[in-house]
Amino acid sequence: MSINFSALKRPLKFPLGAPDWPATVPRPPRRSDLGVGYDTGWARRYPVRLARAAYTELVTRPFIAAVAQPSVEGLDRFEHVEGPVIFAANHASHLDTPLVLSVLPDRWRHHTVTMAAADYFFDSHVKAVYFAFALNAVPIERTKVNRMSADRASALVEDGWNLLIFPEGGRSPDGWGQEHRGGAAWLSARTGRPLVPVHIKGTGRLWPRGARRLYTGRTTVTFGAPIKPERSARELVAQLQGAIACLADEASTDWWSARRRSAASGTPALTGPRAAPWRRAWALGPSPKDSARRSSPAADRRWPPRDGRRAN
Amino acid sequence: MPRPGFVLEVDRSTPPVLIWHGEGFRLERLPAARSRVIYAPEPLAPLPDPDAAVARALDNPLGGSQPLRELLRPGMRLTVAFDDLSLPLPPMRRPDNRQRVIEAVLEIAASAGVDDVVLIAALGLHRRMTEPELRHALGDRIFDAFSPSGKLLQHDAEDPAQLVMVGETDHGEEVEVNRRVAESDLLVYVNINLVTMDGGHKSTSTGLMSYRSVRSHHNVRTLQHSRSLMDRPNSELHTSTWRIGRLLAKHVKVFQVETTLNNDAFPSEMAFLQKREWEWGLRDRATFLAASRGLELLPPGAKRSVLHSINAPHQMTSVQAGEVEAVHEATIAQLHRQQLVDVEGQSDIVIFGLPHVGPYNVNSIMNPLLVMCMGLGYFFNFYIGKPLVRPGGAVIISHPTPWAFHPVHHPSYIDFFEEVLSVTTDPLQIEKGYEERFATDEWYRHLYRTSYAYHGVHPLYMWYWGAHALEYAGSTIIVGGNRKAVRRMGFRPATTLADALEIAEDQVGRDPTITYFRCPPIMLANVH
Repeated sequence: MSINFSALKRPLKFPLGAPDWPATVPRPPRRSDLGVGYDTGWARRYPVRLARAAYTELVTRPFIAAVAQPSVEGLDRFEHVEGPVIFAANHASHLDTPLVLSVLPDRWRHHTVTMAAADYFFDSHVKAVYFAFALNAVPIERTKVNRMSADRASALVEDGWNLLIFPEGGRSPDGWGQEHRGGAAWLSARTGRPLVPVHIKGTGRLWPRGARRLYTGRTTVTFGAPIKPERSARELVAQLQGAIACLADEASTDWWSARRRSAASGTPALTGPRAAPWRRAWALGPSPKDSARRSSPAADRRWPPRDGRRAN
Repeated sequence: MPRPGFVLEVDRSTPPVLIWHGEGFRLERLPAARSRVIYAPEPLAPLPDPDAAVARALDNPLGGSQPLRELLRPGMRLTVAFDDLSLPLPPMRRPDNRQRVIEAVLEIAASAGVDDVVLIAALGLHRRMTEPELRHALGDRIFDAFSPSGKLLQHDAEDPAQLVMVGETDHGEEVEVNRRVAESDLLVYVNINLVTMDGGHKSTSTGLMSYRSVRSHHNVRTLQHSRSLMDRPNSELHTSTWRIGRLLAKHVKVFQVETTLNNDAFPSEMAFLQKREWEWGLRDRATFLAASRGLELLPPGAKRSVLHSINAPHQMTSVQAGEVEAVHEATIAQLHRQQLVDVEGQSDIVIFGLPHVGPYNVNSIMNPLLVMCMGLGYFFNFYIGKPLVRPGGAVIISHPTPWAFHPVHHPSYIDFFEEVLSVTTDPLQIEKGYEERFATDEWYRHLYRTSYAYHGVHPLYMWYWGAHALEYAGSTIIVGGNRKAVRRMGFRPATTLADALEIAEDQVGRDPTITYFRCPPIMLANVH
């Protein structure tokens, strides 16, 4: 099953659609109430929280259940932790945020704020209002350090809100992971709250960056053991990245194999092979568009190579 | 901080621009690389406390005049004259500037013990105002205090008993003025200056005089040499009215109060009408679609009712009082601050989109003659220096130009349109052959004096108002107008703007340069 978005994306003509801006007229500076300056305080008031809870239960979760068919692993690893925590996940698709929110247990789900790119999710009033409402999103500057977003995130944690952050800073351009930025680790170090590594598998194939169609399929969300901020922020970045890579390995093989490879420093990197683009693409396996191959055994991941414990 | 006026050079990325089309509006795309659009300055910030400003102006007059309270004394005859319903456009929300100023004047007069006070609507040759119109302009308090006792008058330019000849200027202009004014100890004239043409000596010289006086400047020769009507030093009309006004000032002490408005012409629900198209938000686009489609569906009468019911949120930006000429200079400076837009050079074609209301069809129909007067008389004259179009260029007017006349307000227009324009459209021939007949017709005179009709000669004045443009421009094309009505006036009809531009090319050559004067809001092009 697939949903065609291209018809929706076709721009409407003025005045039904927005007018073009004449090339000879300089654009005024962006209004400060959008972007990173957008105030999402209204989205955390009780009536809005109630409405969001209803929306999440009645719209988001059924939608994700239908499209992404998620299976969840590792919830037991952090259920004993007192909140708030900082969830840090790999990022390949717009499905990631609703997917993580919909598989979190109730006590976390309705008390989690998503850190979302200010330049993408908060560049218009319509988008800002929708994402602040539906995902409890808060704008964050991803291209540079911004004291306002850092202070705001710290204040939210101190207020008892869990954070969901994608430390890669944006969706994967090619299906493989990207090097982590320091934001999540820095916030953990600053607030003293633990980081919960999260690995999301499968969304990059269902709705990757730039895709016009949404495919349906299976996804797996694996939660790791919380990481206490006992080291420096720089070391936390590496630790978090390693923990998510280990969860990725676990999602592809099994816990024991992943642990052994991790102990031997042999966990495959999330960032994929250092090779020509076509080989990186090849290593991801067949495209979900290729329906003939999607269900065949050969469709399983070819990279990194299996160690033989769970040969197909 | 309001942005100044702006000239947009049209390129391929320029969205379609809004063009008024009578009781509606359209979005039209202009040819890229050779078109430009002139946008008005944004509305200036209003006076924070207009009533205090009025009181201050009356106490601190300009031009060596004494403060108003020192000019008033018990036993004197005080006359307060005020502009009629042709100003401002669209009519402003209450309280009107006239109400604010006249209430302040009357407060001072009451405290000075002046008993003999008369208010006069300075109609000139315009139609009389109805009670609701007077109440709107003056407020209920003034109307109820003066109207029942017959102290609220409307100037009658055809009542021999109420007119008096005070002299003749050195250019032979007869000065026949309202008797009450001539016999007053003080005339306080209260103005609303919407455009630079208004105010100064012109207020008294047209508003309070007889046809014999008005004809000395409302004629073809004067109007052909008024370049433009909005630029007093270069306007023959103003030169003449100044001579008349100065003569009158020798006989009657005149204390002038002039007020200016910002160009905030439409309420916030219709904000798109004043916004630059590329800045239209979702709400602007939605209201445009709703308003334009809604108006299309309504019958003409309902459309007019809807649009004429809109009162503008205009607000006072300045008030000055005292000696006429000093006051008017200050007023002109204020108007220039709000309305002036610098424009480089002329173009081959100029486009005007006419709105639903002009000075002579408030609560009435904009008939074909008023379309001509608005397009070629007013819009064409919104310049200082040179017209927006080159000599021999084409003027394109967008208006439905219905063959429709208000039978009460414009009776002589009907006969003029039927009988005179079917014979000639030459202003000089019309003036020579028909003016006297229309001006002295007893039936028109009767309707002007007792009903709500414009003076019999008024349609001819509408034609004269465009005399400068008729002489200057090569052709006039009306888009979307009644073809018969357009042809009757000697203009060329076009179905669409694209057709009009093609027709204009026959006159001005291929790939002509185009200026679209996006008015309203009102502005004044300073063409270099």
